[in-house]
Amino acid sequence: MTAPSLKIRETAILESTHFQKLLDGLIKRGYQVVGPTLGEDAIVYDELKSVTDLPIGYTDEQEGGKYRIKKQNDKAFFNHTVGPHSWKKFLFPSELRMWKAKRNGNTFRFLTDNEKIKKFAFIGVRSCDIHAIFIQDKVFTGGKFADPHYKLRREGIFILAVNCGKAGGTCFCASMNAGPKVSSGFDLALTEILKNDRHYFIVEIGTELGAGILHEIPYKIANDEEKYAADIVVKKTAEQICKSMDTANIKDLLYKNYEHPRWDDAAKRCLTCANCTMVCPTCFCTTVEDVTDLTGEHAERWRKWDSCFTMDFSYIHGGSIRSSAKSRYRQWMTHKLATWIDQFGTSGCVGCGRCITWCPVAIDITEEVSAIRESEQTTEKKTTEGLEEQRS
Amino acid sequence: MIKDSNPMLPAQFCIQWVRKETHDTFTIELKSTNGTHEFPFSAGQFNMLYVFGVGEAPISISGDPSKPEVLKHTTRSVGTVTKAISKLKKGDVLGVRGPFGSYWPLEDSLGKDIVIVTGGIGLAPLRPALYQLISQREKYGRIVLLYGARMPEDLLYKKELEQWRGRFDVEVKVTVDSAKGNWRGNVGVVTTLIPRAQFDPLQTIAMICGPEVMIRFTIKELQNCGIKTENIFISMERNMKCGIGLCGHCQFGFCFVCKDGPVFRLDRIKAIFGKREI
Repeated sequence: MTAPSLKIRETAILESTHFQKLLDGLIKRGYQVVGPTLGEDAIVYDELKSVTDLPIGYTDEQEGGKYRIKKQNDKAFFNHTVGPHSWKKFLFPSELRMWKAKRNGNTFRFLTDNEKIKKFAFIGVRSCDIHAIFIQDKVFTGGKFADPHYKLRREGIFILAVNCGKAGGTCFCASMNAGPKVSSGFDLALTEILKNDRHYFIVEIGTELGAGILHEIPYKIANDEEKYAADIVVKKTAEQICKSMDTANIKDLLYKNYEHPRWDDAAKRCLTCANCTMVCPTCFCTTVEDVTDLTGEHAERWRKWDSCFTMDFSYIHGGSIRSSAKSRYRQWMTHKLATWIDQFGTSGCVGCGRCITWCPVAIDITEEVSAIRESEQTTEKKTTEGLEEQRS
Repeated sequence: MIKDSNPMLPAQFCIQWVRKETHDTFTIELKSTNGTHEFPFSAGQFNMLYVFGVGEAPISISGDPSKPEVLKHTTRSVGTVTKAISKLKKGDVLGVRGPFGSYWPLEDSLGKDIVIVTGGIGLAPLRPALYQLISQREKYGRIVLLYGARMPEDLLYKKELEQWRGRFDVEVKVTVDSAKGNWRGNVGVVTTLIPRAQFDPLQTIAMICGPEVMIRFTIKELQNCGIKTENIFISMERNMKCGIGLCGHCQFGFCFVCKDGPVFRLDRIKAIFGKREI
């Protein structure tokens, strides 16, 4: 290749016709390449072998409790937002055998799987989801005990990020400082441009590895005008975001409102179906299942995604700690937005909007927060007015 | 490859004996199957005990911290796992992960009066503390153990209670919620023992373990006596699947009971303790 060498933070141009070469480069390096594809009447994440596996020309329409894919009259690869899947399904599988054991008389022998995981290359990671991955890093590897299964999958992943070209109807990443512009944590970051019959990507280099991979395929260095075009795309997306959450002092706000009547109100709507926890890219709770075969000689321990919305979740002898729907919704939302900050030094929410889209009754976390905040402000106002009246 | 340092992989321990304590509680003594392996722990910590093919449960350690060559657990057979443990015999093997969690503040309580208030099986996670306090008796002020059970038949560790009560330097008071006519001891909830106990509230560290409702009333009574919130420690129970802060089940407000607890200094959780369904 005669192209000049690339440096971190530099910007290049990749024609859409060469996108397959990018995938090939990753496959050749031994990556398991996964990214958006059509499936389950949605845009989901699965293996990508060819550029034609991408949801070319499809977009999605989202609002509270509603998700539809829609064919458009273009050839865009990434003109959608986030679907029901998140990248946690690869790094933190929904079902995982932790070990198996074999009985041997009175005793038994543990056998761990010699897990050989092909390194993942994630294609089309949005800014909110990069933030979600970094949040789960803190959860699984930031404490005294690290989850070896997560570490094994997480180390050495390749992230090909995409700046969102449109905002979904439930997105609020800007409020959570998690988007829409991809700012860090990527190997390569794309901005997709379809203009005057030309289809190309403006590529920002995030790492040496990203530079190396791009260097093997035809590209050119972007000029200022092209860089500017990329900025405009994200700027427009940011302007499209119609949901927001005021996060000022949100920890204190929720800590002092454990008994707020809004929780009862949410509980009347909440079906405790656990959809929000399944689609959330940061939710990490699991349960374990111990199983044996019919002979009773082999036992296995499986870890499975669990949800704080189930009754079993908090069960101890005598009953469940959180038996009411109110307390379970409160646990989820307070954890996500408040206790998470004390536990892991960051919010547990990235504003991806999945919990709003996939809630069958369209409960909207941003509305729940503002309802609590507004009533709080009304009370504060009344108290101040009362004090002023007393003074006068 | 997942190496042996996997914190989810149990170590194997062999049952030395199983002893029935009351109609629904029992104690097991365990030794590492590889013979010499010691199991150091601090009073108040717990282990995850695994029965082959059945499952795992968090159980507090109830042995003597100065004897790490054996591991003792006292538990009630109420769930699938604890019932399966109760059926194990000498020579059977259990999986053990641990020790996990925080511990009683014995090192930080030197020179202080110690008041231990327990209810029912709640005595089990405090027995290691009592062993340690009594073995280093000269380092502490008064030692008071107040213990309540439902019925006289439900009292744990009767022989040890009698031994401790026989000492001139430990005050042991026992009560039961109800009893038949042949009981000559105290009748009433454990909190009724508190006003009668001898301790200097300004120099006292209180350690409480039992049902949450009992903990709540005990705290009230201790505070009435003048013990400050920062000198009260409680041990809590929650659903746990991993014991190491990863499964999320034991969350209690901003805390994970498995790693921030089970022993909490009351002032640190004052804002959430006693609130319904947190």
